[in-house]
Amino acid sequence: MKLRLLKEFIIEKLIFLSGIASILFVILIFTFLLKEGISFFKEIGLKDFIGGKYWYPISEPERFGILPLILGSLLVTLGAIIIAVPLSIACAFYISEVVQGKAKDILKSGIEMLAAIPSVVLGFIGIVTLVPWMKKVLNLPTGLTALSGSIMLGLMAMPTIISISEDAINAVPKAYKEGALALGATRWQAMYRVVIYAALPGIIAASMLGIGRVIGETMAVMMLSGNAAVIPSTLLEPVRTLTATIAAEMGEAVHGGLHYYSLFAIGIILFVITFMINVIADIFLHRNKK
Amino acid sequence: MVTQTASKIIVKQLSIWFGKVQALKELSLQIHSSEILSVIGPANSGKTSFLRQLNRLNELEANFRVSGEVLLDGEDIQKLSPEILRKNVGMIFALPQVLPMSIYDNVSYGPRMHGIKNRGVLDGIVEESLEASFLWDEVKQRLKESATKLSGGQQQRLCISRTLALRPEVILFDEPCSGLDPVSTAKVEESMLKLKENYTIILVTNNTKQAARVGDRSAFFLMGELIEFDKTQKIFTAPADKRTEEYILGKFG
Ligand SMILES: Nc1ncnc2c1ncn2[C@@H]1O[C@H](COP(=O)(O)OP(=O)(O)O)[C@@H](O)[C@H]1O
Ligand SMILES: [Mg+2]
Repeated sequence: MKLRLLKEFIIEKLIFLSGIASILFVILIFTFLLKEGISFFKEIGLKDFIGGKYWYPISEPERFGILPLILGSLLVTLGAIIIAVPLSIACAFYISEVVQGKAKDILKSGIEMLAAIPSVVLGFIGIVTLVPWMKKVLNLPTGLTALSGSIMLGLMAMPTIISISEDAINAVPKAYKEGALALGATRWQAMYRVVIYAALPGIIAASMLGIGRVIGETMAVMMLSGNAAVIPSTLLEPVRTLTATIAAEMGEAVHGGLHYYSLFAIGIILFVITFMINVIADIFLHRNKK
Repeated sequence: MVTQTASKIIVKQLSIWFGKVQALKELSLQIHSSEILSVIGPANSGKTSFLRQLNRLNELEANFRVSGEVLLDGEDIQKLSPEILRKNVGMIFALPQVLPMSIYDNVSYGPRMHGIKNRGVLDGIVEESLEASFLWDEVKQRLKESATKLSGGQQQRLCISRTLALRPEVILFDEPCSGLDPVSTAKVEESMLKLKENYTIILVTNNTKQAARVGDRSAFFLMGELIEFDKTQKIFTAPADKRTEEYILGKFG
């Protein structure tokens, strides 16, 4: 009896500890980021950092404007949204409304499995297939463009968006659809006017979670989008994102120098962006549950 | 009127299966224009399957099979497009299923879907349909509010309006009052009796008293079979079959 109580006690404390640890880690990471980044903001100032047009961290005099990087990230992400969201919604509808039986299960678990492919592998596949193809077909000087990055990120966001949207569509009461059909709606009208309408909050949340997942994605984008830190004007030019900048320059930056701290400052900006996206997605998901 | 005794719907040898379960067995009957036919019977006797065959909702089920024929105005319903058929044969479900939109949009949803865009015409249809289900006075001040805020009884009458907005010929009611309180039930029955003048109505109900109150003729279903079909008065006072009598007297669980 005593032994059992002891076991209970130990297990309980272990679970408690692991819960606390994960919260602690997040807090530690953020304080570390803040500590390293703050000194940089003191030196350069938030306005010049975010609004500056030039990113020349190692020239003389050095310039730390991350506007091109922010725009690069935005452009690639926006492209990814435009590619991934409509496709994913169509795909979710196909899975929940069109295919039936075994094919449905296979598709569903297949798509969830796609989410597990490491991004380096995807980036590599992109480099050997997508990039040369883009260069040839669009007749560009290089296939390493914002568009290549967008396509890859879009593909990476799709499994999340599809599987959560599909859940949202499935959760729409069957009665809504039958109600519409009984009024003489075609299958398409019932889907379009009623099912999407009822599943919309879930679909929006799914899209935001999918995008939130890939906005911090580094490897594939760094490999595919060309890494030129200039303000882009079209999707067909090389761009550089916030994440790729950190990954590419952390190794070279002099430890303790201004460049080194600027990368932490970029980290803070990224952290804030992803945090906001997740919060907004959460609000939509919870509204859906009510 | 000449049409009074004409057969609106003719059902011939209708059998329905869901997988291995036979829900309806060789049903044959005729339904007149401008009458209320009430269908009674214990649970799982095939009443809902029968109704859902008349507007072809059964075919949404993957394991559904059918044999026999249903004629609407002499025409085989399988030869019509399901959309046209369902526009002419409206259905009210047991649980009110208002769409997650405003009261106005719920009623105008059907007409808009079938191509009516003119605002004035839609306004007219909405008012007329809400009047016919005795809901207009209760909601005319708040047509733009979400329909989900209405009470259960109001929602059911909104569903009736929504169906009426399509100007159907036949209306199917599947236990429309099973979730309603007596006052709401009375209102729904009142609108059914009013609608009878212009529509053919089939009312499936688990409430035998309701069948007796509103039905012109009644059909008693048991385990997928039509046991007895006659004037309501006759069914409820001098049923020919012993099983009908037992059911009416409440001897089935
Ligand atoms: N979609 C379905 N799949 C399988 N069996 C069904 C389906 N719909 C109805 N049934 C079966 O058909 C029989 C008749 O059901 P139903 O028409 O709903 O009866 P009622 O409306 O009189 O209660 C029941 O045994 C029921 O289980
Ligand atoms: Mg039923």
